[in-house]
Order: sequence, then C-alpha cells, then structure tokens
Amino acid sequence: MASVTIDHVTKEYSTSGRPAVSDVSLAIAEGEFIVLVGPSGCGKSTLLRMVAGLEKITDGEVRIGDRRVNEVDPADRDIAMVFQNYALYPHMTVRKNMGYGLKNRRLPKAEIEKRVAEAASILQLDEYLDRRPRELSGGQRQRVAMGRAIVREPACFLFDEPLSNLDAKLRVEMRGEIKQLQRRLGTTSIYVTHDQLEAMTLADRLVVLNKGEVEQIGAPLDVYRSPASTFVASFIGSPAMSLLNAASDGSALRIGDVVVASGAGLAAGPVTLGVRAEDFILAPTSGGFAMQVSYVEELGAGRLVHGAVQGQMLTLSISADHPMTDELIIAIDPARLHLFDASSGKRITPRRETAEA
Amino acid sequence: MKRVIFGSSWLPYAFLAPQILIVIIFFYLPAAEAVRASFYLENPFGGGSTFVGIDNYKDVLTDDNYVRVAKFTFWFSLLVTFFSLAIALLLAVKADTVLRGAKSYRILLMWVYAIAPPVAGLIGVLMFDQHVGPITDVAALFGYKMQIGVNYNDTAAAMIIISIWKQVPVNFIFFLSGLQSIPKAVREAAQIDCRSSWRRFWTVTFPMLAPTGFFLLIINITYALFDTFAVIDVVMKNEPGSNPMTLVYKVYLDGFRGSDLGGSSAQSVILMALVLLLTIFQFRMIERRVHYT
Ligand SMILES: Nc1ncnc2c1ncn2[C@@H]1O[C@H](COP(=O)(O)OP(=O)(O)O)[C@@H](O)[C@H]1O
Ligand SMILES: [Mg+2]
Repeated sequence: MASVTIDHVTKEYSTSGRPAVSDVSLAIAEGEFIVLVGPSGCGKSTLLRMVAGLEKITDGEVRIGDRRVNEVDPADRDIAMVFQNYALYPHMTVRKNMGYGLKNRRLPKAEIEKRVAEAASILQLDEYLDRRPRELSGGQRQRVAMGRAIVREPACFLFDEPLSNLDAKLRVEMRGEIKQLQRRLGTTSIYVTHDQLEAMTLADRLVVLNKGEVEQIGAPLDVYRSPASTFVASFIGSPAMSLLNAASDGSALRIGDVVVASGAGLAAGPVTLGVRAEDFILAPTSGGFAMQVSYVEELGAGRLVHGAVQGQMLTLSISADHPMTDELIIAIDPARLHLFDASSGKRITPRRETAEA
Repeated sequence: MKRVIFGSSWLPYAFLAPQILIVIIFFYLPAAEAVRASFYLENPFGGGSTFVGIDNYKDVLTDDNYVRVAKFTFWFSLLVTFFSLAIALLLAVKADTVLRGAKSYRILLMWVYAIAPPVAGLIGVLMFDQHVGPITDVAALFGYKMQIGVNYNDTAAAMIIISIWKQVPVNFIFFLSGLQSIPKAVREAAQIDCRSSWRRFWTVTFPMLAPTGFFLLIINITYALFDTFAVIDVVMKNEPGSNPMTLVYKVYLDGFRGSDLGGSSAQSVILMALVLLLTIFQFRMIERRVHYT
C-alpha cells in the first residue's frame, strides 16, 4: 500500500494537437479508492497508463509512495493493472495466469501457491484453476484478471474499465465485489470508467475529467450536490440535471417571462439554472409555474416526466401515485437550485439572504 | 459455417465441377498412374511393360545412391526449415517493435515481402554466380575458390542458403501478422508482470505464436522437400554428376533423364506416403492445438 501523487502531469501524443492529459494534479491517500470518470476520449486511460508506466509522461511527475516513478519500468512500479478485455494469457491456465508475475519476481514456489490459492478462494475460482481462459465465462475471466492483480499484493491497483465488457446484471454484481474486496484489502486503487453510476457507487473520491483537464475532484455526494460546472452537472447523476437558460434582474430569476426563483444577490444578466429531477416541488402553494408535459418514463418506483417551460426542456421525477395531466404546476426548491455562469459554465455561489417564500 | 440449401440437387455439383475436374486431371489420375507404373518395368524404347511386383521398391530402397540422396534430403530439409523459420522470426520480431501502430508502413513492408520470393530466388542464384556472384568473390578474398556445381560441399551450401533466402520473406509475413495479432493489452499485462523482455518473449509472445509457428513448420518442410526443385535445378546447371540433390529431384532425374519410369514412380509413391504422413500429423496436431479466443 502506498499513496500515489500525480503532480502537474501532461501528456501530448503529438506536439501540434491538444494534449490528451493537461496539467492534472491529484494526491491519492493510502488505501483510497479514486475513480477517474468522464466521457470517452477525455484522457482517463492515458492518465492511468502513465501511472502504470505504459505511456511516457510528457511533463510533470508521478510518485508512488515517496518514489518518483517517471523513469521506472512498469514491472518495478509495484502496481497491478486490470484491463478492459482482461488481457489474460490465453496459453496459460488460470493458476499460471495468476502466478506468472510472482514467478518472474522469483518468489518461492510455496508462497506463490499459497497466494494463488487464497485469491482463488476469495474470488470463488478454486474449481477453475486448471482451466484456460477460453474455457471460462466473461465474468470468470474478469475474476481471474482481478486475481492476477490481488496475488501481486501491490502498492496500488489500476483498473481500466474492467466491467464494461460484462452484461448489465453481472456488472452490478462485480461492482459490489470490487468495492468489498478493496475495502478488505485496503489497497490504494485508481479506477477508470465512463459510467457515472459505477463511478458514484465505487469512489471514495471522484475525479471528473473533460478534454484532458480536471473539472472537479470530490466525494461522490459532494460532486452530485454541488457540481463545479455545467459539464459535471450534466455528466454526473441520472437523469441528467436540467439546465435552463435564465436571466436575473437582481431581484428575480426568470425563464422567458416566467419568474422561477428569487434572484436576490445575483448580478443582473443571463445565467444557467440547474435543477435535479428530484428538486422540483409539485403543485406548490404559491410561486408555481406551468410545465407542458411531453412524455413520461415509468420506472416502477416513480416516474420521470419530461416537459418544457417556455420552450426549454427539463426533467423531473415524481411519485407514481401523482395524477398525470398535460400540464403540471411546479416550483423549484430554492435551497437546491444550482447556478452556473452562462458563458464559462462554472458554478456561481449566490449569496442567499432570503429564502424564496 | 453457414449452410446454404440449394433448391435443386445438381446445382451444387455443377458449381463444384471445375474444381473436381482439375483435381482429378492433375492429381488423382497422375497419382494413380504413378502407383500403377511403380509395379511395372517400362521398356524405355517403347513396346510395353512387364509386371514386376514390388521389385522397383526393393531396388530403390537398397540403392546406395538413393539412401545417400535421402540422407542429404533429410539434412537439407532440417537446415532449410530451421533457418528460414528462425531468421524470419528474428526479423519479424524486430520489425514488429518498429511497426506497432504504424499501419501504413506495415502494409508497405508486407507488399515488398509478398513480391519478394521469386525475385529472391533469382538474386540468390546470382549471388553464387561463378563470375559475378558477390559471395563467390568474398570467398575468393579469403583465398577459397568456390566451385558451385563441381564441389559437393560448395554446391550443397549454395542450395541450402538460396533455399533459406527464398523462403524467409514468406515466413516473415506470417510471423509478422501473427505478432501483430497478439492483443496490445496482453503484451502490456506481460510488461507489468515481467521485467525482462527476453523472458517475456519466450513465456508469452512465443507460445502465442505457436499456432502460426506450427502451420509454418509444415509449410516449410513441404517447401524444403518439394518446392526447392527449381533452386536445385539452377544451382546444378544440368550437371547432376556427383552433386547433392533432393529426393524430388532424383524422381525427375531417374524418370525423365534416366528413363527408369518404374523406379521413378516407386520413388514418387514413397514421397506421396511421406506427404500423407505429414498431413495426418498436421491434422492430429490441429485437433489438439489450442484455439485462442
Ligand atoms: N496512442 C495514441 N496516439 C495518439 N493519440 C492517442 C493515443 N492514445 C490515446 N490518444 C488520444 O488521447 C485522447 C485520450 O484518450 P484516452 O485516454 O484513451 O481516453 P479515454 O480513456 O478517456 O476514453 C483521445 O483523444 C485519443 O484519441
Ligand atoms: Mg479508455
């Protein structure tokens, strides 16, 4: 176990284009589970692979523990990696797959056997130790890949979308297992995913990446509750936060000519208003406005209503018991609205002297 | 495999007919004729033949010259197969490290190698030319006078080297594409698991190349046994004398130059049996072979 420090790290594949990873800094504590999340192509894998040593670092420094590892061979970094398509050795049995890294490190045979047996029992692979990867299901292969990482007892686990090749049900199951396993072993972990739900459920801290840059770092709930930008707001959380073009005149916040909230403390001018689906108030006693319903998604426990206010799309979640009409009168919970700068998309924290009546 | 159901029963045979015809005319008929002729003593000046049972086989197998040629063929095939595979693998591994990711360059290189073999054969022969061959010149520099087609060892060396030289490009292409089809992530996993690239090659890369390697092994043995005919013919310059030759060349020599059709047929039947064994071996191995997915 060790801390991992990513210090102003940049990766440029070609000197001309935009860097794949741009000036990322991140201090990961011992035993912490960090999830790098962002849309495809945002540089998550590149960042992870620089920690692994599979990609050269253009600029900046990576430290594992106190040791600078920029120039250290991947095999000497004391990390273990789990790949998206498992990357098992097809010609080796499960046992050999798991023991290969240890054998090359010249561990005694008895020790290798002990560790492989332990990992196999944790991962319920005992019966499959003498099979080859092609004789295993996707989920089992995934477990072998995990086992190969566990037996190494590394300073840090690196995961690159390890669950994205599994079907939805298995993915949820394995997600739980990975989380429990990491808790139990207490190994520092960096996990890459493009799935925000996976990120939310696994992470001690989330790192949201966009176009090679860090948008926000924080605990999942903090990121969910106060996203640092419209990008984070729309990426984290499902359904996505509704983002509406609003305008403030210093006293009221309007969408078109409908007053939706108090604008006290806000500079006059355009602003982006963000509201989570669960933060709308249905049929308020006062201050409500009308929303035209366009369609409804039944989720069983509740429903998602998609509609428009002044021609702008928004989504709210309501109880399944609520009678549906073509028009709903709604209001926004004033304590829970988010405001973003209309041009930069960055979060604005308004001074809220008075709560909306 | 996809099954296609044909409406009429004769249509599939109609489609197959050209292929079947070619196989019959150019393979089964001559093969059957060879088997038949191997039991007869043909009168070289025409006028019929006499049934002699397995006498032709007896003669062939007890002939000192045949045994000598068989021995040479064995060593020749072993050396040609081993070195053309080993050299090609070495080159492919070197090329692979350069070519990772550089797709257009790879296609370019493959093209060159795909065109190469016939040209390579010609160049190989020229290299050993008595008058303009650079290899002969180099040997002369060291005070050795190479006499291709006259000195047994010189001739054997030239045959082996040219045959290897000619086969390396073919093997190279197969090895290179075999190497390139090893998933990047598997190599990277190995990079994290094993520091030494030498060890990595022998424990991960090489075993994963095994299917390609086995296929090439069979191809190369067949090449060394049969397809080197042209090389041997050119190096020998029509002067068989006491020169080394392979079994296939001896079939041709005895049959067409020596007019011993019976003996020559018996020899080719023996070769056919050899090919049959090789094929059975190959299928057995393919059945057991690991299919990587
Ligand atoms: N080997 C490479 N050569 C050039 N560009 C690359 C290479 N690998 C990744 N990139 C580029 O870097 C960016 C980030 O890629 P990646 O880290 O794989 O994204 P992610 O894992 O977040 O989907 C992408 O724009 C991608 O095209
Ligand atoms: Mg990726």
